Amino acid sequence: MTNAAMAGERCDVLIVGAGPAGMAAAVAAAQGGASVAVIDDNPAPGGQIWRDGPGASLPAAARAWRDALERQPRIRLCSGTRVVAAPAPDVLLLEDAARAWRMQWQRLILCTGARELMLPFPGWTLPGVTGAGGLQALVKAGLPVEGERIVVAGSGPLLLAAAATARAAGAKVVRIAEQASFAAVAGFAAGLLRWPGKAMQALTLADARYRTASRIVAVQGGTQVKAVRLLRAGRTEEIACDRVACGFGLVPNTQLGRLLGCALAAPGDRAPGLAVDAQQATSRPGIYAAGECTGFGGSERALAQGAIAGHAAVGNMQAAQRHVAARARWDAFADRLHRGFALADELRRMPQADTLLCRCEDVPLAAVAGCSGWADAKLHHRCGMGACQGRVCGDAAQFLFGWTPPPPRPPLSPVRIATLAGLADDAGGDRQ
Amino acid sequence: MSGAHVLLHIDGRPVQVKAGSSVAAALRVAGGSGVARTSVGGAPRAPFCGMGVCQECRVQIDGQRRLACQTVCAEGMRVETGR
Ligand SMILES: Cc1cc2nc3c(=O)[nH]c(=O)nc-3n(C[C@H](O)[C@H](O)[C@H](O)COP(=O)(O)OP(=O)(O)OC[C@H]3O[C@@H](n4cnc5c(N)ncnc54)[C@H](O)[C@@H]3O)c2cc1C
Ligand code: FES
Repeated sequence: MTNAAMAGERCDVLIVGAGPAGMAAAVAAAQGGASVAVIDDNPAPGGQIWRDGPGASLPAAARAWRDALERQPRIRLCSGTRVVAAPAPDVLLLEDAARAWRMQWQRLILCTGARELMLPFPGWTLPGVTGAGGLQALVKAGLPVEGERIVVAGSGPLLLAAAATARAAGAKVVRIAEQASFAAVAGFAAGLLRWPGKAMQALTLADARYRTASRIVAVQGGTQVKAVRLLRAGRTEEIACDRVACGFGLVPNTQLGRLLGCALAAPGDRAPGLAVDAQQATSRPGIYAAGECTGFGGSERALAQGAIAGHAAVGNMQAAQRHVAARARWDAFADRLHRGFALADELRRMPQADTLLCRCEDVPLAAVAGCSGWADAKLHHRCGMGACQGRVCGDAAQFLFGWTPPPPRPPLSPVRIATLAGLADDAGGDRQ
Repeated sequence: MSGAHVLLHIDGRPVQVKAGSSVAAALRVAGGSGVARTSVGGAPRAPFCGMGVCQECRVQIDGQRRLACQTVCAEGMRVETGR
């Protein structure tokens, strides 16, 4: 495909991600009179928290934001569309199921959210093992779990949310294993009084099967899950089950931001997010970032940041100012969340020598344990060279070995040949 | 929704799912543990992240390689797993 053949579109404000942050940013920017385009790779807007589907019941807030997006004629929503590259400084290359095209922007707002941190343990590649938020997403999209015995393990409030979703779909949640200590979780829960809404949510999610200071030793089974072994206070316990859902917190999705040259910031020992100033502006002129790609902290924080970014991107600082207090309030909540569910060193001992680190290329931990870093592991063992492009094993290796994930390279995800051809034309032209 | 179900084919076998279901869900509805592909080493793999990151759910849908977790089932769709 040639440049001329690949269609081009333009907009004032381009927003990547239609989760809470992206929706709030879109509405704010459109109120300021801008033409707005919103890109999201999921089939419907809502992001990770507000997924629609036969197994989901959308909360009122989600419906209200969807309606707001639909009612606003200045907003164009492109669902089922992913950003694959940035062929020029103010252009993104997009692909959906049918075509590839380029979108030129004046202001760009990155609302790319977060993904779950998945850590390797023996058996984590068996069918029936999913992420915790992953299970929630799959159930909302119609995955039948009725009658299944499910163990949820890992860390953070998402474990409780995933368990509640699975139970509502008819599953039997036989254990929720949280790696944080009882003291840490109790401290977090006590602090929730400052956020009454969250305290209510915690109460409704409370579960008799919840255990703290517990971690996975192994998932057992030949071609599917049969049981899980857990370790708690020096004792192992085996629980028969049909499915295991595990997640160890969230990692900001910064790939696109990094590809565009935006600087990262990592407060404390957290996974780095995109660095932003008081207006949600990144280190690159004209590019803003909002929501969990700047660090995770829940949908309320994402909404406040999104609104600020959307107003700021169209120069409406007064309107942006109205959301600053809410942002501060939810930033404080995020801090508490991080402290309550800090990951224990012990989790680094979960994988065994023959546990696969890279699921795409089947690279066991033993193969890379002696490597000096990513480049070494990639070059010599193909670790991170597969279809997920190191998103899963890169995050795991960062936690296990402290390796900085490799800088992202276009295309950001596997694409069709025709799309690549358009990219090659562009890149060639730019570099001359 | 009026047509509450859709019928698609997975590896040639008809499978009926609730309208709006993802292809990842349909793999499981079709029976077994929802395997989408076979790993480099020959092991079965099924949807893992549920959100378009891990690529474990990639299948051929109407001749195109796509992610089962981010594709909604459509009437008459033909899905080929890699097992
Ligand atoms: C799997 C999962 C499940 C979760 N479930 C819950 C829950 O039930 N309750 C809860 O309180 N919190 C949940 N969370 C936390 C949740 O991420 C946030 O609270 C909230 O959704 C953050 O909003 P956001 O707008 O920042 O990002 P998100 O809601 O994550 O939205 C980001 C969007 O950008 C899209 N995107 C990213 N990169 C690209 C690209 N290159 N091209 C196109 N689109 C792209 C993503 O697919 C996504 O739709 C979950 C997180 C994960 C990872
Ligand atoms: S389940 Fe991970 S990409 Fe679909």
